[in-house]
Amino acid sequence: MTGIAAAEFARQASTEHAQTLSRPSLSYWQDARIRLQSNRRALVSLFIVISLLILTLLGPVLWSVNPAAQDLDQISVPPGRDRSALVVAEYTPWVIPAGTVAELQLADTATTQSVRLQWAGLPGAYGHRVYRNLYPVGPERAYGIPLGEFFDNSTLNFEDRLDLRPGTYYYSVVALAENGRPGTVAETLRVDVRRTTTVNEALAQGLVGSAADIALGDSLQVALHPLGTDYLGRDMLARLMEGARVSLFIGIIAPFIYVLMGVVYGAVSGFAGGKVDQVMMRFADFVVALPFLLFMILFKIAFGIGPGESGIFPMLIAMIVLLWPATARLVRGQILQIREQGYVEASKLLGAKSSYLIFRHMLPNTLGVVLVTLTFEIPRAIFTEAFLSFIGMGVAPPTPSWGSMSNEGIKTMLNTPHELIFPALLISITVLAFNLLGDGLRDALDARMRNTE
Amino acid sequence: MLWYIGKRLIQGLITVWFIATATFFAMHNVPGDPLLNERATTPTIRANLEAKYGLDQPVTTQYFIYLKNIVRGDFGISFAQENREVNDIIREHFPVSAILGVLAVIIAAVGGILWGSLTALYRNRLPDYLIMFLVILGISVPSFVIAAISQLGIVTLNNLAGTTVLPVAGWGTIYHMLVPALVLGLSTMAYLTRLMRSSMLEIVNSDFVRTAKSKGVPPARIFARHQLRNAVLPVITVLGPSIAAITTGGFVVEIVFAIPGLGRFFVEAVQQLDYTVIMGTTVFYGTFLVFMVILVDVIYGFIDPRVRMS
Repeated sequence: MTGIAAAEFARQASTEHAQTLSRPSLSYWQDARIRLQSNRRALVSLFIVISLLILTLLGPVLWSVNPAAQDLDQISVPPGRDRSALVVAEYTPWVIPAGTVAELQLADTATTQSVRLQWAGLPGAYGHRVYRNLYPVGPERAYGIPLGEFFDNSTLNFEDRLDLRPGTYYYSVVALAENGRPGTVAETLRVDVRRTTTVNEALAQGLVGSAADIALGDSLQVALHPLGTDYLGRDMLARLMEGARVSLFIGIIAPFIYVLMGVVYGAVSGFAGGKVDQVMMRFADFVVALPFLLFMILFKIAFGIGPGESGIFPMLIAMIVLLWPATARLVRGQILQIREQGYVEASKLLGAKSSYLIFRHMLPNTLGVVLVTLTFEIPRAIFTEAFLSFIGMGVAPPTPSWGSMSNEGIKTMLNTPHELIFPALLISITVLAFNLLGDGLRDALDARMRNTE
Repeated sequence: MLWYIGKRLIQGLITVWFIATATFFAMHNVPGDPLLNERATTPTIRANLEAKYGLDQPVTTQYFIYLKNIVRGDFGISFAQENREVNDIIREHFPVSAILGVLAVIIAAVGGILWGSLTALYRNRLPDYLIMFLVILGISVPSFVIAAISQLGIVTLNNLAGTTVLPVAGWGTIYHMLVPALVLGLSTMAYLTRLMRSSMLEIVNSDFVRTAKSKGVPPARIFARHQLRNAVLPVITVLGPSIAAITTGGFVVEIVFAIPGLGRFFVEAVQQLDYTVIMGTTVFYGTFLVFMVILVDVIYGFIDPRVRMS
């Protein structure tokens, strides 16, 4: 145009000094993947997270025990207990044998059906009281729970049928004084109680095919509960897997939705700018100022739970309504920064539409930060669910969740610790895994927030 | 500064108004009827009761009566506990929660700053690994589990000592407070430790620390005057939300340790659907939390002038 003829242009011969790339170029996500793969803690966490998801999805298929079914023969049974049961006849009333005995002793085999005791009258006794304890009677003379009381010396036997479990009991017979108070004279007997079942029971529970397969005196295995049972005789493993579905459903779906909401809200606000941005952010500030857990509880009360409902959805909705602003603020900040970048300007000059700018340039560039936020929001949501279920404001029974299972387990922590340990352990491991994974993702995806290590 | 404080206070008042309104309409939406109990009431008695409590008025009128009462500081009478005003319940039990909370906040803040700077000083050495491991545990284990385990620990301790070294539950003396406050502050302490560590590590590489070093300032003085004072700023910003976390965390700790604090009463009221107590304590807690956050922000504005300028 300015008078340079095409012939004046000459092709430059290629030289060896031309720039070469010494390594293949890496995209942002490839770089992140390499960083994440070199982070062993994050990888282990990722593995744990994936196995938890598999447990949730496949678990109930592999271990298809009904989590609501009660095994009343095995209540609060810790894992790995001896499962053999003696097959005995149906219970028949005790025909008390004539004659006396020298000391406190068993009149029959001690079984979970009944424990039959006989004793000689204690010296100076006006009557006897029978106690049962789970622990040996110490010097403080803790005899346990009183089972029966006799105000004369004619009855010197007792049959215990109260909620017997396989294990060791300590039975004591205490002499009563004339005024009916227990005296200092006592006799204690250690009794090992054997698990029993009857033919009909075994058939009803499906332990054997037909009555012909077993005979009295046989020993058979009662139903297997790999992680024991809870206080209502429900299978812990099945409940934990069912609870995992509830806890992880709330813990993953809720953050997913509210982080997404925050992204949209923040993107719109940041992209619009000006008055719209101010108004939108003022509203977000306002939601942030609301005390979160109080409102969660209020929400739960307001929506109420009808019979047969689990209360998962009110909790989900409450979380979504209250927790989106943090992501919105973050994304808005990112968008405001990206808006000023050269490549966005260039794209705009080339005539790109707003939607193209947002979806092609802005959102993909905030994706790293959003992903990190999401990973940190998940443990928070799991904790919130556990907290609410613990104070009785979470999912309604009988729907299990790890939080409500812990709440039930904590009441019998001393005698049956497995009811607390398993759900608590699962909550801790899950939260730990997501936290470490979040740390790893942050280090891999976000150059500015990278740890200064 | 005054303008800043004023602006925040107005914001806070609007938030409190919203909390009160939301509480009112949430409670209105609750299925059930406060005057419906097992004792049969005749229509006349029922009408009289409704008139007495203003329940025959339209919802908007009830709402304004409710707002007027809140402004006067009157939260009404408990539905579940006989002869008790909500104000009495708050007056009696909030101090317990407040003492516990203040102790927990102190433990969390002091512990967090201390452990955080320690890990930064011993970066990538044994104390760092050890403390960061504990921090990860503190963040990942739910507070009710920590509470239960610490109770078990106290029992074992008492058994070993043969006397009651620390009471397992209850309230009264400073010994009752120590373990619950520690448990309550633990997760916040873990969070603050992490924050303090990263902010400390950032400061170590800053220009003014390098200058101080090259001037020959003794390390202890650099640590105390240059590093600590600057690194502590982000910790102060999150102290507001931390107070909220500790207050609500108190619900669990008060239940596990059988402490007669307001949190426990709130949870009980929720379980019994004690309308007025729920409304009163929610508004009270909400107001308390909103203004605590504002207080922390204002203090932060005094410490760091950059905040109130923006």
